[in-house]
Amino acid sequence: MSIRIEKTRCIGCGACTNACPGSLLILQEDKKAFMRSPRDCWGCTACMKVCPVEAITYFLGADVGGRGSRMTLAREGVLYRWKIQSPAGAQREILIDRRNSNKY
Amino acid sequence: MEEKQLTTDILIIGGGTAGCFAAAKLGKSGLSVLIAEKANIERSGCLAAGVNALNAYIAPGHRPEDYVEYARKDGAGIVRDDLLLTIAQNVNRITEELEALGLVILKDEEGRHVTRGWRNVKINGENIKPLLAKAARTQKNVTVLNYVNILDLKTVGEGEEKRVAGAWGVSTRERVFYDIRAKAVLIATGGAAGLYRPNNPGFSRHKMWYSPFNTGAGFAMGLRAGAELTTLENRFVALRCKDTIAPTGTIAQGVGAKQVNALGEVYETKYGLSTPERIYGTVEENRAGRGPCYLHTRGIGEEKEQDLLRAYLNMAPAQTLKWVEQGGPNSEDVEIEGTEPYIVGGHTASGFWVSTKRETTLPGLFAAGDVAGGAPQKYVTGAMVEGEIAAAAAAEYARQAELPELDMEETRARLAEVEGHYSASEESLRAEDLEEAMQKIMDEYAGGIHTDYRYNEARLAVAKERIEALEQAAKNLPARDPFDLLHVYELKERLTVARALIAHLAARQETRWHIFGENADHPERSADFDCYINSRMEAGEVVTLRRPLVKGGTYEHTH
Repeated sequence: MSIRIEKTRCIGCGACTNACPGSLLILQEDKKAFMRSPRDCWGCTACMKVCPVEAITYFLGADVGGRGSRMTLAREGVLYRWKIQSPAGAQREILIDRRNSNKY
Repeated sequence: MEEKQLTTDILIIGGGTAGCFAAAKLGKSGLSVLIAEKANIERSGCLAAGVNALNAYIAPGHRPEDYVEYARKDGAGIVRDDLLLTIAQNVNRITEELEALGLVILKDEEGRHVTRGWRNVKINGENIKPLLAKAARTQKNVTVLNYVNILDLKTVGEGEEKRVAGAWGVSTRERVFYDIRAKAVLIATGGAAGLYRPNNPGFSRHKMWYSPFNTGAGFAMGLRAGAELTTLENRFVALRCKDTIAPTGTIAQGVGAKQVNALGEVYETKYGLSTPERIYGTVEENRAGRGPCYLHTRGIGEEKEQDLLRAYLNMAPAQTLKWVEQGGPNSEDVEIEGTEPYIVGGHTASGFWVSTKRETTLPGLFAAGDVAGGAPQKYVTGAMVEGEIAAAAAAEYARQAELPELDMEETRARLAEVEGHYSASEESLRAEDLEEAMQKIMDEYAGGIHTDYRYNEARLAVAKERIEALEQAAKNLPARDPFDLLHVYELKERLTVARALIAHLAARQETRWHIFGENADHPERSADFDCYINSRMEAGEVVTLRRPLVKGGTYEHTH
């Protein structure tokens, strides 16, 4: 799994470049974030949690079962809204209230 | 390249869980504190993705001594009771401090923490690292040096007089070399991942249990500076959801799912329920031709499935995505597998050989968290306790120590080494290729997944020879930019750790912990090895020694 930067959405704020524990994200000359080594992503989603404009999508590599679905994350106050879109266009949302702890 | 000189009372290497908490605790010390972190402390280290529970906690009705007993049993006796006790006595207070920092912890109607078993509290830990980072960076006397990778420890003096004097580092973003002088150093660089060929060696090569950015740098630096390490051979292997390498405990304990083989037989009761036994059983069932193995979740119901999907989004989002793409746990069982081995002192007993104050055998150098040995099952709260203990001891040391003299000769040599990588013309080798070669060697000859974690003396000898050859080749690796240079040094760190690990595996001529180390020459446990295997580097060679078990009382260095 790894992440992709949606260049049309990226505003070049650099937040993700400071969040990546592997220093994998950098700002390029066009002032867009760039994932310089997709194979080195841990999949921690730290970058997605700091991106203010939902410009980062998360996907599973084919070697771990990925079949083209994409996941994005929107922050809405105390809520995380995760959106998963399948290649066929089906969309699913899961809301996480950050004030609630894990039940398990 | 540009050179920068910095001085500080205390240098903290690694701004993860232990390092950040140590810095926070030094806030009122009146000393200058510098945290050097190769990424950014905001999300760096093991807790980048968050954590779903605090696994070191003592529920009402239990005592710290119960925790020590549990960890000793799980570690088959090769643990330090004195270190474990200092952790167990403080984990509940640390849990309260985390709550005060803003961590969400599940409580019952009477305001008590809800426990899972007697050693675990449930939390929403997806933001635990930013909370710890904030606690560190808001202290006025703490300076955070992000994007600086520390290469080696500096020492002064010889023999009895030898002590730590600071560290050298390089920026991961610019061509800048750092020479940092310090009165005391607290090392909190974490454990080592990426030594062995991982479960997913292709595109998803970093989809692993432990942080792939933790290279075991502290072990390597410590060895090279003359410090003693312990119990590296007590490797850790995790039982994980296949492919995504997501946790299994949340499913097993959360919805009561049992481990079943391809025939649908529950096999976990046959082998035992401790973590190593659960993996051992899975490996044995696969060897017997009864795999794949699964956690039996089919039929848990829609509600529990939804709960699991949410729980995994907080710690392992890949699993949630996989369930949504391919069918959830209510409709399909979850396949499981053991990971490649890691060296991680928060789970097993590997790491620096320390006193109860967490001082290493190199005076002035203190260790905390996954890099500190002897105290397994410390997890997040235990790593924080160690950060606190090491911080207090480092402060005490720094208050009576003088700032070491500048040693320009050594610094010139280090700088020349770094510049050598920038100017190297060797084009046929890259750090990435050597890393793959190292992982293959470790997998096949030093007990990786390939051999079901088995090794023998003959294989270890091959591993040693080949790892040493790679260490030679790594000296000439080219680096085009600071990011390349980071990978060159990460590889060199891993190779040093791999070589030390091989020496430890060879020295323990028994099988003490199934799966964590299957010595095919000596498949049984032996009372001759009721001792610690420790190691030091002498004239470039890793030498091992035995130390008697510390049971009752406390161990202190006599240097």
